[in-house]
Amino acid sequence: MSSDVAIRCEGLSKRYRIGQQERYKALRDVIADTAAAPFRRLRSIVRSGNSANGNGSEIRNPQSASRNSHIWALDDVSFEVKRGEVVGIIGRNGAGKSTLLKILSRITKPTKGSAEIHGRVGSLLEVGTGFHPELTGRENIYLNGAILGMRKAEIDRQFDEIVAFAEVERFVDTPVKRYSSGMHVRLAFAVAAHLQPEILLVDEVLSVGDAAFQRKCLNKMQDAGHHGRTVLFVSHDMSSITRLCERALLVFDGRLVNDGPAHAVVKAYLDANVGMAASYEWKDEARAPGNEVVRLRRARVCTDDGKPAESFDIRLPFKIEVTYEVLKPGRILIPNYHFNNSSGLCLFAVQDTVSEWRYRPREVGEYTSTAQIPGNFLAEGRHIIDLVISSHVPSSTVHLCERNALAFQIVDSQEGDSARGDFTGQMPGVVRPIVKWVTEPVDLSSAARNRID
Amino acid sequence: MSSAQSEIQNPQLERVAEALPVFFIKPEQGLISLGLRELWEYRELLYFLVWRDIKVRYKQTVLGAAWAVIQPVFMMVVFSLFFGRLARVPSDGIPYPIFVYCALLPWQLFAHALTESSNSLVANERLITKVYFPRLLVPVSSILGGLVDFVIAFVILLLMMAWYGVRPTWAIAALPGFILLAMASALGVGLWLSALNVRYRDVRYTIGFLIQFWLLTTPVAYPSSLIPGRWRALYGLNPMAGVVEGFRWALLGKSEGPDALLTVSVVVVILILIGGLYYFRRMEAEFADVV
Repeated sequence: MSSDVAIRCEGLSKRYRIGQQERYKALRDVIADTAAAPFRRLRSIVRSGNSANGNGSEIRNPQSASRNSHIWALDDVSFEVKRGEVVGIIGRNGAGKSTLLKILSRITKPTKGSAEIHGRVGSLLEVGTGFHPELTGRENIYLNGAILGMRKAEIDRQFDEIVAFAEVERFVDTPVKRYSSGMHVRLAFAVAAHLQPEILLVDEVLSVGDAAFQRKCLNKMQDAGHHGRTVLFVSHDMSSITRLCERALLVFDGRLVNDGPAHAVVKAYLDANVGMAASYEWKDEARAPGNEVVRLRRARVCTDDGKPAESFDIRLPFKIEVTYEVLKPGRILIPNYHFNNSSGLCLFAVQDTVSEWRYRPREVGEYTSTAQIPGNFLAEGRHIIDLVISSHVPSSTVHLCERNALAFQIVDSQEGDSARGDFTGQMPGVVRPIVKWVTEPVDLSSAARNRID
Repeated sequence: MSSAQSEIQNPQLERVAEALPVFFIKPEQGLISLGLRELWEYRELLYFLVWRDIKVRYKQTVLGAAWAVIQPVFMMVVFSLFFGRLARVPSDGIPYPIFVYCALLPWQLFAHALTESSNSLVANERLITKVYFPRLLVPVSSILGGLVDFVIAFVILLLMMAWYGVRPTWAIAALPGFILLAMASALGVGLWLSALNVRYRDVRYTIGFLIQFWLLTTPVAYPSSLIPGRWRALYGLNPMAGVVEGFRWALLGKSEGPDALLTVSVVVVILILIGGLYYFRRMEAEFADVV
């Protein structure tokens, strides 16, 4: 029956212009562009002077062509969500998850396609949207509640509960600029958790806040699902997806590539090559992971002599090469790579402690940081790398954290010189070092003598 | 059959389903509606946005609401000294200080509303990219905040009227109409500028200049009776000319009542406002992508 459908999308597509890193323009630039255009054209005519009788397409500036090219952030996405379903959306950064939520929450319009939404929508794309530091906790609860779509009467009714949930009773009439960051986040979550629309759209917002409070919010959201509320939930945290959602959608390059039971889709995402590869390049600078200090350009896993590969011999060392662009000088940057296995367990993290840049502030420009991982170390199977670039001074800052950025396979050798030797069964464990073995009889001569006696 | 079954299973849920609002999300095409009904549905948010602007404005200021008075009073003193006393600008037989203060009130309301609304979308970037609500609320709410200042400054005007012995006439009943006209002018222009400002940040630099220019072409420091009779109606193309003259007529009662000038002003404001609304709505779809 159509009345238990909460969301129905048909062919949703959204096109963005590439290179919108400088998103708004100054009129000055438009004028300069327009004024320069005839000269550019003139120059290219002169340059292509020999073939001047050629066609118009030759004359056109190649740069302007690339500047006008577009990417489909969302490409022909269709699905249906039933009322009361809790659906997770997964995929790597820039796959189109957030764009999808933005379209469904009506923040931006699709370029093509349509969607039908049955019920009031509450979207939570950011925690504490509209919080004003000068206003008190009480005032911000009302303001933020109204912004998220709550009626005043609704806020009145739940006010005490929100304050208690946030554990800020004593500070409710203090301006939030005097709140600790933890209190700030708790208050923002508390308002959001009391949102009671029929449909709730949640972007990766649970990544902030302390673990205990996160759990409290997750429980509150789960309650929401059980009360017939529909929840669409974007996260990079696979364990919360499998815990919270019965169903998951996998988005890759703007397309919906997998839709099914959450645990199956998560497993497929972590196992298969969908959305993760041994090399990746962030072509659109505007959407590359990073902040105003540093931005990822490309990353890859390769053999020790620099050949690209997807799978590696367990016995041989290999390298992780990450190229990033430093946009702001004067900071000491520490690249660190986190290794996870396919069940999501973090095996270890490595960070640059030795290179000359360890204590040297960076200048603006591109850098490549390479970590060599020894052979005979990781166990066979699929491994997934999170890329992080952080600073410890002046304060501990994570400039970028790209989860599930790279994936590769470790393959064990059958030649008998790896840690498994000639054993062909399943080896337990997440690492597979070759260790030095010594086996010798304990005082054989005396044991032998005893037996003889 | 199937529907009867589900009704038995969960009649309450079924009834809820009937009442649920349905939203359709589609690319923008064809004629755009102004969405005024939706605006009405979001009136509580409008209230909270205005309330926020008013609350925040005077937090951490020493003089607080006194600012609403200080600005127009100082302007009045300076204008009275230089234009009234030294340049001997005529004032239609009204004492110059009250003549100019009466015009400064709607002018300040207008200038403040225009500045705030033009910057409003950019200033509320976070809201626009993270939450949906009718975008029109942003410039509209930014304009309403100025009314509080206006009311405070108005008290001074009443005191001045008592001091100069100006007795209000029945014409004072028309005052809300002129306030509305001033706000509508600011909103109309503000809608154009705020939408343009999202795309081209140059707009914010032009606003200061625009307001100075506009002040000089508005009969604040001088009476509109200086304008030759045959140009009077044309002068109404500046809607603030109509507003300022209207204020003087409604409160001080000296100049003659609404005439062709005012009619032209009203028509101009309606045209700018409707044009602004449609332009704003047309640009609205890309605000979140561009801002």
